Amino acid sequence: MNEKKINMPDLSIDLAGIKLKNPIMTASGTFGSGKEYGEYVDLNRLGAVVVKGVSLTPWKGNPTPRVAETYGGMLNAVGLQNPGVDAFMSEDIPFLKKYDTRIIVNVSGKSIEEYCGVAERLAEADIDMLELNISCPNIKEGGITFGTDTKMAALVVKEVKKVSRQPLMVKLSPNVTDITEIAKAVEAEGADAISMINTLLGMAIDAKNKRPILGNVMGGLSGPAIKPVALRMVYQVCRSVKVPVVGMGGIMTGEDAAEFILAGATGVAVGTANFTNPSATVDVLEGLESYMKHQGFSSVGEIQNAMKK
Amino acid sequence: MKTMKAAKVKKHGEIGENCWSIWLEASEIVDEVNPGQFIHVKLNNGEKLLPRPLSICETDTSSNTLRLVYAVVGKGTEALSQVKTGETLRILGPLGNGFDINQSASKSIIVGGGMGIPPLLELSKNIPGKKEIYLGYSSTPFLLEEFEKQNADIYVSTDDGCFGYKGTVIDLMRYNNAQGDSLYSCGPKPMLKALSGWAEKNKIPAQVSLEERMACGVGACLVCTCKVKKENENDWKHQRVCADGPVFRSQEVVWDE
Repeated sequence: MNEKKINMPDLSIDLAGIKLKNPIMTASGTFGSGKEYGEYVDLNRLGAVVVKGVSLTPWKGNPTPRVAETYGGMLNAVGLQNPGVDAFMSEDIPFLKKYDTRIIVNVSGKSIEEYCGVAERLAEADIDMLELNISCPNIKEGGITFGTDTKMAALVVKEVKKVSRQPLMVKLSPNVTDITEIAKAVEAEGADAISMINTLLGMAIDAKNKRPILGNVMGGLSGPAIKPVALRMVYQVCRSVKVPVVGMGGIMTGEDAAEFILAGATGVAVGTANFTNPSATVDVLEGLESYMKHQGFSSVGEIQNAMKK
Repeated sequence: MKTMKAAKVKKHGEIGENCWSIWLEASEIVDEVNPGQFIHVKLNNGEKLLPRPLSICETDTSSNTLRLVYAVVGKGTEALSQVKTGETLRILGPLGNGFDINQSASKSIIVGGGMGIPPLLELSKNIPGKKEIYLGYSSTPFLLEEFEKQNADIYVSTDDGCFGYKGTVIDLMRYNNAQGDSLYSCGPKPMLKALSGWAEKNKIPAQVSLEERMACGVGACLVCTCKVKKENENDWKHQRVCADGPVFRSQEVVWDE
């Protein structure tokens, strides 16, 4: 197959019944609702824009500093600052609808009622998919407390499925002993797709001033530093569930994206790379296309099945 | 589409104690710069992933270059200080909103402290009318020659008294009975907080340029927020220093830290 040169590979994918023009998405929280990157990226070229976490009421987020750079990555502790679902629906959805890309909305909450409330409000919105955020490490209640407990994860998925109208993708936390257990539990309750991984809980300390760097003390680690962990977990989960997986964690290049697809992912998301270069999503897309041409892949599905033992 | 651009280093060196000056060739950016804006500077190697946000000190449209003046405060700026003339960096910008210059002011007050001083040079060049410029340093001054070329009254304070007035720049303003009908400032937060109080007392509208740790620089990631008062409400909201600022009206900032 390596000898075969492909001129126009088909990059489209099917994600839980939704057709995406290519597997490149944005990682929630790194791309706002797309507006801020509109000057740097032709949003029409993205498979989907996964927007920043949306909650039922406006959230102010955590105190600053909210970011600390670490070797090969960064810690963030934003705490899901957002204007609430009503402002999101009136301002951000109309903006994104001007583009030919899929809209995936990250749903955040502190309780099952709040998650359901957001999903219910979004049921009437013209969007393509929900991403259930049960893995944010930066809020005191909700978030990760749902994503690190198998029973809680299953329960919130079950309840949100009752009120949601769009396919439900569940974003998993890597801060667990066995991620496949959580993946199987959410699949059993009706999750239509899984996205992973959220950030790894970490910490940075200022040795000179003898204090934590982040205002929230701890934060979520992202960037190339976490790619090996993310790849391992995507590989494990893809062998444990039947629903499609969107892989992410330190993707900087097209080849990084290909590695996640080789591990079994259907789609991929670009996160921290957006901060190092605002055109990163499109660069990853072009890199993946070039990889497929050189490797003789005519479709994304072929990459998914190409991993040698 | 806008992109990060390659920028050749034209001149780079230390101009004072831990004070570095770098001139970059940035043809498409120079013409767009408003005083008070910044650029993201991405090193080609080194351990740092994120670009460094650095304020624009001055521009030279005849040579299509812009100047950054910075201090080495961590590994990122340390790596930047090692970059040689002729090498290429990647830059993004200009970013943020600059100062809103009051064109009809009869006299303006410009106040800088430490590494908040550099962006005030381009501002000083663009402010019409009479100017009083107050510059506060911890010790030896930098960029003083450049400021002295501006048509303005220059007053200098140092913490250790090795040059000019011994004390803070705000002590110096009080001592000198500073006067004007517009105030522009950049410096450390405690200084800006005190200055905001001074401006309120003297009923002078003040603009302050804030600093915060950043990631994206374009307003998406929400890490560089500051607290800003809500209009007509006894409440505040987080605003983005990179995209809503870095320049804010001093009376809208919540100075609680």
